[in-house]
Formats: sequence, structure tokens, C-alpha cells
Amino acid sequence: MTLNSHVLPMPGAGSPPRGEEAPTLVIEPSPRFPRLGLRELWAYRGLFLFLVWRDIKVRYAQTVLGAGWAILQPALTTVVFSVVFGLLARVPSDGVPYPVFALTALVPWTYFASALTSSSNSLVSSTNLITKVYFPRLVIPLAPVLAGLMDFAVAFGLLLAVMLAYGMVPSLAALAVVPLLLLCMILTAAGVGCWMSALNIQYRDVKHVVPFLLQVWMYASPILYPASLVPERWRMLYALNPMVGVVEGFRAALLQTRAVSWGVIAVSCAMGLVLLLTGALYFRKAERVFADVA
Amino acid sequence: MSGVAIRASGLGKSYRIGVAAERHGSLREALAGAGRSAARGLRARRAPAPETVWALRDVSFDVGHGEALGIIGRNGAGKSTLLKVLSRITEPTTGRAEVYGRVGSLLEVGTGFHPELSGRDNVFLNGSILGMDRAYIAGRFDEIVAFSGVEKFIDTPVKRYSSGMYLRLAFAVAAHLEPEILIVDEVLAVGDASFQKKCLGKMQDVTQEGRTVLFVSHDMTAISRLCPRALLLDQGGVLAHGPTRSVIGTYLQSGLGTTATREWADPSRAPGGDVVRLRAVRVRSRAGEVTETLDIRAGGRVELEFDVLEDGHVLVPNYGFHNEEGTLIFIAHDSDPEWRGRPRPRGRYVSTAWIPGDLLAEGQVVVGVAVSTHDPVVLHADEQDAVAFHVVDNLDPQGPRGDYAGHMPGVVRPLLRWTTDCRRAVQAEPFAQEIAAP
Repeated sequence: MTLNSHVLPMPGAGSPPRGEEAPTLVIEPSPRFPRLGLRELWAYRGLFLFLVWRDIKVRYAQTVLGAGWAILQPALTTVVFSVVFGLLARVPSDGVPYPVFALTALVPWTYFASALTSSSNSLVSSTNLITKVYFPRLVIPLAPVLAGLMDFAVAFGLLLAVMLAYGMVPSLAALAVVPLLLLCMILTAAGVGCWMSALNIQYRDVKHVVPFLLQVWMYASPILYPASLVPERWRMLYALNPMVGVVEGFRAALLQTRAVSWGVIAVSCAMGLVLLLTGALYFRKAERVFADVA
Repeated sequence: MSGVAIRASGLGKSYRIGVAAERHGSLREALAGAGRSAARGLRARRAPAPETVWALRDVSFDVGHGEALGIIGRNGAGKSTLLKVLSRITEPTTGRAEVYGRVGSLLEVGTGFHPELSGRDNVFLNGSILGMDRAYIAGRFDEIVAFSGVEKFIDTPVKRYSSGMYLRLAFAVAAHLEPEILIVDEVLAVGDASFQKKCLGKMQDVTQEGRTVLFVSHDMTAISRLCPRALLLDQGGVLAHGPTRSVIGTYLQSGLGTTATREWADPSRAPGGDVVRLRAVRVRSRAGEVTETLDIRAGGRVELEFDVLEDGHVLVPNYGFHNEEGTLIFIAHDSDPEWRGRPRPRGRYVSTAWIPGDLLAEGQVVVGVAVSTHDPVVLHADEQDAVAFHVVDNLDPQGPRGDYAGHMPGVVRPLLRWTTDCRRAVQAEPFAQEIAAP
């Protein structure tokens, strides 16, 4: 038995049963209502981390600038936005210089957009795995969501540097809310990623839908403009878009434009959680046909 | 070490026809489908039953611990589907299988290899995809690399590897997978002869260690050497299960073993309907012998024998030729002037298509046959993967390969007419001279 100790434990595998004991594994048509299979997901955490590591390592292979892209993307977008919306259109920015105002939103948004895009495409580009090896399929759309955090960290560093350059120092107390915002952002990207990747492998239309969805979503989030432009009575409805809570939370915590709105953040987090739960369940339900349609 | 390792009972797997179309399916079709099913609810009697194909039906068998079981059968018999169900890649439609022990499957070597990553990284990645943990891979790393023989390039991205190096590294990782139950699908069918020998040797070690092994192969020699027992599948069901020698005997006697002929003894179960029934399909050499191998330069023939059961139909036999990757090489329609546009009386017909030499590339060619009417389009009978043959290149320098003896990729290998136009040696200012010339 020592020989096999390296093999990942299967669910329900205590000591390996022999003969008439309980089977290690039963293969049969899955029940109508899907289960999340969290225990199995946990058992395969090693593979999950490997896929995350692969995504990070491969992302900038054979590029000249490498991780510089993680800085350039939000930085250049900030410049464009500052000129068009800050200088020309004079969009209000809650009393903060527009470039900082925009960059604070673009750092989480860039993460969200790229995590969602790669997560949506992840299953389709992993058909070689799906049709040849078994492992919990959920690791596929989740890995790019985690891998994107590397770029996010680099971009976040840029944001802090720009803030310092503008003479703004975030308070430590305000920074305490940031992990919660990160969580909300990750939940949302993972949830929508599960939905989109599972739909994408069945209907390749999704590949055309995602860029459009992201565009609309960006305008529906306070990236270019402050959330204060949205009438007070619509705020909670607005917060149903989880990115509203994330972006406004970032601005409130880092730029101290106004007090952190816990209500909005709570609604956004709850929505992110709902998206992830439904996304994961839909994914598990659709999963049984993946190998057949891939 | 006794008892059962795998107990399959009544395993079945069905595919809806149309799932293949959903492969590149679009949302519009799905929406249209939803609309149709809604409409169907209103007018239930017009609902056409969705057609299903059973890739596996009622498959039951036991594999004991430490037993090596070979799985044989012709193309499309359900072997790969069975392995995929047992590997949990796709789930069964009916039945169940109980597995006692940890399963590792090798349906391919190098699954998940990433071209941008180095050999070292890919060993870890591929290993973890196959189910090994990091510490185990690290412990065996030197052994794996030594087995592959690519030490010098282990830190080079694998996209710079030759296909041979790539395969050797991939197999080296796979060979170090040590589950209690190993499921292997024809991974040996790749690479050159010496590589295959090495793989076969490794497989032999594995079976002698007393591991439970399920092994699918077309290679009867390999099966009989590695597996004391075998399972014969045909049309998704179990046709025979027992000692390998007798199962292989059944396979060869049933005519399933040769791919050069396909005959339907019972006309009522042959492909076709009220107008046409297929009787037999055969591959013959140019000289007329039934054969599985055709000389690349000589070509051969494919004949289709069929009964016409109803007078007055214009019938066109037609074939589709596919290579082993499943790529359609070409389609051919019977253009014999004698029967073109002419209704056929009842009777038995044999249509023969003559395949010219210097057309097909070397390798396996699978032929699907059909009999149709073109105006209006009616498909009277068809059989996909009816027969198959190997095109063998004898390295004749008069052929399309000339004096080149290496690997020639490509779907076809036609002999083209080449001409050469040679000008006199040009001097210092070729362009000026050309322009100056009248």
C-alpha cells in the first residue's frame, strides 16, 4: 500500500477496501440535482494550485514586457480616461484628481474583466484535459480567477505608488476593508466565470457575448463616474451589481472620498455569493455533458 | 490480494444524435429547440422521438485484483467509451460500476503538456494532472528524466522538442503512475518501433507486478502477451469474455478481426431499408485479392455488394474515405456511365471503385459506404467505418517521395508532373539587362 500513497485520495476512501467491502468509487448516472462536491475539490487542491501556477507562468511567456503589462494596461486606460472624461467631459470625481479616481476603479475592474474573460474561455481551451483525464472540472474555471490575482497585486502596487505621488496616504483602518472587497471581487468573477465557461463549451456564442457583457457591465459600474451620480433611492438596486460595492469600497477605503458604505458592500458580497453558488451548481449540472460536447 | 477490482453491471451509454451537431452548437439552435419542445407540448403527437445511439449497452463484467484484462473489438465497438466511463470522463446513461481501489487512467500520453513550459515544469504539471502529488513527483523526478533520455533539454520549453523527445518525456511521466488499477488506451500506438517496444516492456513490468490493468489495443500480439483474459466488444455489447486465446479466436472467426471485409450474413439486420440492403464491403488489391494493405503506388479497389429490393430507383453508391485522425480525405460517387440516371431493376449489384496509385498518403484509411438517390435526396443505406485498410509506402524513388526517405506528412500523396525552366546564368545587373532586352 505504501506504493500507492502518492495517489490522490478519492472521496470516501478511508483505507482501501478489498473484496466485499464498500467500493472506493461507484460510477453511475449522476442524480438530477447536482451537488457541489466540495470534499473532492479539496482533495484535488494540489492540481488546482498547479493549474494556477501554470496560468501565471504561461501568461507572459515570450513577451518582451512580461508582467509590465499588468501595469501598462490600467495605466494607459487611466491616461485615456483622464483625458476624455476628466479633462474634456469634466466628469465629477468626488473631489479627488481624476487620474487617481479612475485608476482606483480600474485596478479592480481590470482584474475582474481579465479574470472573467479567461475563466469563460478556460473550459473550451481545456478540452484536451476534459476528454482524457478525470478531476473535478470546477478547478478549470476557478484557476484563472486566482491566477489573475498576481497581476492584480502588481497593479495594486502601481495604485499605491500613484497615490503617494499625489500625496495621498490611505489610513490603515480603511485598508482593513480591502480584503473583504477582494473577496467580493473574486466571488463575482468566479461565479460569472462558472456560468460563462459552462455555457461556452455548449454554445460557442458565449465567446461573442462576454466582451459585450463586460462593456455593458463597465458602464453599469462606477468606473468612469462616481456612484454619487446615481440617485440615492436607486443605490441599493445599483449595489446588486457586485462591482459597485467593490469599486466604491476601494474609493472609500483608499481615497477616503466618503465613509465606507457597509450596506452597499453587504449587498454586493451577498450578490457575489449568490452568483458563485448558482454558477457552481449550474456548472456541476452541465458538467456531465462536457466530455461529450467538447 | 483476491477479490474484485472492478464490477460493471449493466453499463450503458447513449448519445443523442444531434449531440454531435451541438458540438459547434449555437444558442440559437438551443433556443429554437426550446421553442420546439414548447410547441411539442401543445401538439404532442407530432413530436419526433429524439434518436439515440447506444455506444455501450448492458455491459457487465468483473475484473479481479491483479488481473490484466485486454479489451478488443473493431472500431466503434465501444472500447473507448467503456474506458471513458470507467475513467469517469463521461458518465454512464444506465447501470453502474463499482471500483475497489484507486484508478489511474492513461488515455493519452502527455495530457496537459503546455508547449510554453519547460520539460521540468511539464513533468510536474502532467504528473499532477494524472493524480500524483508534488512530493511523489519530486522524489521520482530524476528517475523520470533518466527514463525519458532528454536530460539535456529538461529546462527547454517543450515546444522546441522534436516529436520523439516530447513523446518520450510524456511516456516517462505516465510510466511512473502507480495506481492500484491502471486503465490504458492504445498509448502504445504512437512513436517509432523502438519506442513502442520500450512502452510494451514497461506495460509487461506493470502487469507482472500484480497490478490490475485494463488495456485496450488493436494489437492482438500485445494483448495476448500482456493480458491472460480478454473482453470482446461489438456494437456496444459484450460478445465474449474469458481467456485471451479463446476470445481472440472468437474475434478472428467472427470476421470482426479483419478490417478488409465486412459482410452481413443476416439481410434483415444489414444496413438499409425497403429499397436497398447492403450485403458486403471488401477491400481488394489492384490484382483482386482481399487485403488489408494497399501498395501506395499501386492503389486498389473497394467494392460494395448490395441488393436492390424495389424497382425503379436511380441509385448512386458512394464512399467516404477518412484517415486515422478522422479527417475526411475525399468522397466518391459512383459515376459508372451505364447506371448514371438510370433506374435500377431489382437484383444484386457489385459496385467497384478503383483507387489510383499515388493518391493516398500512407497510413490507415477508413471507408464509409452508402447508397443514395440524389434527386430528391434519399439515403437508402449507409454504414460508417465499414472497412479499413493500410496504405503502405515501399519507398519507391519513382513515386512522389523521390529520394527523400524521411517522414512525409499530409493527407494525400499525389504524384505531380514537375517541369523545370532553366535560364542561362545571369550577369551582374540582371534587372537592367532584362529591361534593356527588346
